Amino acid sequence: MIDIRRVFFHAEDIFHEFGPPPATPLRRGYVAGVLANPYAGRYEPDILPMMAQLNEVGIELARGLLKHMDVPAERIEGYGKGALVGGAGELEHGALWHVPGGYAMRELLGWKGDHAAAGKDGARSQPGNALAIVASAKKVAGPGATLDVPLTHINASYVRSHFDAIEARVPGAPRADELVVILAMSTGPRVHARVGGLKAADIAQWDGLR
Amino acid sequence: MPAKIRKLVVQVDEIRSEMGKTVSPPTRKALAMAVIENPYAGHYAESLDELTAIGEELGGLLGSRCVEALGIAPEQAQSYGKAAIVGEAGELEHAAAILHPKLGAPLRKAVGKGAALVPSSKKQGGIGTAVDVPLGHKDAAFVRSHFDAIEVRVPGAPRADELVVILAMSTGPRVHARVGGLKAADIAQWDGLR
Repeated sequence: MIDIRRVFFHAEDIFHEFGPPPATPLRRGYVAGVLANPYAGRYEPDILPMMAQLNEVGIELARGLLKHMDVPAERIEGYGKGALVGGAGELEHGALWHVPGGYAMRELLGWKGDHAAAGKDGARSQPGNALAIVASAKKVAGPGATLDVPLTHINASYVRSHFDAIEARVPGAPRADELVVILAMSTGPRVHARVGGLKAADIAQWDGLR
Repeated sequence: MPAKIRKLVVQVDEIRSEMGKTVSPPTRKALAMAVIENPYAGHYAESLDELTAIGEELGGLLGSRCVEALGIAPEQAQSYGKAAIVGEAGELEHAAAILHPKLGAPLRKAVGKGAALVPSSKKQGGIGTAVDVPLGHKDAAFVRSHFDAIEVRVPGAPRADELVVILAMSTGPRVHARVGGLKAADIAQWDGLR
């Protein structure tokens, strides 16, 4: 059972960036949980027990973020995750967050498993939501460090309009023996996206990529 | 002229334990920030009335955003604070025009009431500049347990012709406050000080 020492929520509405304002402002947000790093200060060969314990942390933080975003789950179009490891830990400790963080958020947003069913004509239908891998970033850092958390479309990683990033930080964390685990969501494309590429409306493979 | 808001940000910081000792109930602090156009950027204006009006508007908007984010009744907010960051093409007095003349009344309304001065800080800075927002007890400025501060920054703001306006609130004293002084329970003068 992992104690979350501190939870930090951030939500923002972007009305424009000096271009035409969209009908609905873009909402983006992140949640950061500050945890003790049980492996700080030493090399521990087997760190997998903590990965299982992080499942509950992932579920709590994903739900908390969606609540703080204050939109229905159906409106979330982009996601990302990340971790900051305090100086007495190693980067690999941050990697423990990949599975519990990613799957907690994907479950919440409607993931029904990886299977993408092929129809009679070979065309694939949408088997659920949150089909795409959750993009991530991590680093070892001191208190108050920033992490640029990548965001990509929840159903197809190649949707260009949704390539984005949100800068996350928790003042005063992580301390040397702490971890900061982060989840991020957004409700749409970059506010004035216009560099072409695959559009969300043209997702057809439903394989998490295109 | 209403504020031209480019971005609104709300943050909540919930502290559940510190130094291995539980904080019960957890202390929650909220921050609400608006990134706005500075109507006086790049030139000297004798009257800063537009910014004063914007301050009044944002006192209500950001004050209620903090209360909503904390999920509390207005009077449950125990401390408050305010700050502004002026982009490079503005002057520090622009922050003063927003923060000092008219922002307080709607903010106090958002927290039920508030007899104490709203502590403030201001600075000029580039994009991503951080500011430490002071917090003080909303009914009595001398309540020592509630002297606090919270650090904040908005990535990507302020641009040169923008301002970042910030309100902060807390549901409690510093975590594990224990350096004595006037306690909130002992407020007796109701003069905003003690």
